Amino acid sequence: MSGMSYGADFGGLEPGFADPVHDAQASFRAVLDAMAHPGRVVTMPARLPFSLPLGTAAVAVALSLCDADTPVWLDPAAAGAASYLTFHCGAPLAATPSEASFAFVADPAAMPALYSFALGSDEYPERSATLVIEVSSLADGDGVRLRGPGIEDEARLAVAGVPARFWAERAALAELFPRGLDMVFACGDALVAVPRSIQAVL
Amino acid sequence: MQKFDNNTVARQRWLAVLAKAPAPRLQAAWDALDDKPAYRLLRQGETGLVMLRGRIGGTGRPFNFGEMTMTRAAVQLLDATGGARFTGFGHVAGRSTRHAELIAVFDAMLQDPHRRDVIAARVIEPLAAEQQARKANEAAKVTASKVDFFTMVRGE
Repeated sequence: MSGMSYGADFGGLEPGFADPVHDAQASFRAVLDAMAHPGRVVTMPARLPFSLPLGTAAVAVALSLCDADTPVWLDPAAAGAASYLTFHCGAPLAATPSEASFAFVADPAAMPALYSFALGSDEYPERSATLVIEVSSLADGDGVRLRGPGIEDEARLAVAGVPARFWAERAALAELFPRGLDMVFACGDALVAVPRSIQAVL
Repeated sequence: MQKFDNNTVARQRWLAVLAKAPAPRLQAAWDALDDKPAYRLLRQGETGLVMLRGRIGGTGRPFNFGEMTMTRAAVQLLDATGGARFTGFGHVAGRSTRHAELIAVFDAMLQDPHRRDVIAARVIEPLAAEQQARKANEAAKVTASKVDFFTMVRGE
């Protein structure tokens, strides 16, 4: 096709939300519900029938929350989603995890240490990163014990695929509160939020 | 001035012609096509604002002149196996999503070597000739009412 090119080739790109306004609203609501009920498995209502290194829930989070003001960092396993996210969200790609407002991780076993992401400052704790981690399975009722605001007593969350160091690193961030990291675990069209205010015990 | 290659210049021209054409004309041109390609919307039509920039006299410092409403869309032509081939973009002043979608479809078809000549001859050239004629007509009308200002020399 050389000599026939009319600029960048977008042939490999998949479409965004089928119904941009309502799908984005429904996805936002799902994230809101998940954040309000840490540890609860919420199903992402939007349909995105194509394969990317990230699942439907993770992509829907990006489409509804990321824009030109939120630099996005993708781990090497999620790099295939870069052109999709820059096209549909208009979000710039962050060169390092510390520059990202949102970090998408498709291979949690190889993810960087949690302190390498932006943790915000005491004056501006919201200038921290939100981690969206694609995991191989997600279930409530078993696994890590979660306590904190939004949970009446205790919630259990079984996340497969995060390294053993992950929960220890997360616990080490607790003393920095209100600095910290908000996390969304995604598996296909399911998601679970674990905000920084939640204490997780193995 | 930035230099563009020939393909880019050709595409800029047809996009300009399509964006200035009335939406009903594009719809009629689309309806008249015997071989309509299947396509999907990569980006649904969406309306937003763009900042227009201006320069005094063409040489001054650029400044923000004001915002205008604009609608954009992106489509992909689908081949027989359902694969996405050519991606077209449409940007148009105003809030007609159908207009932006039609521009994007024609833009995609014009990138397809098998369709380019037909679309250029049947759609782009007639619209370009019409726009040229309208511009010449307006220029002629304006010329007729042109006033040459000059300073009266006072008899002192």
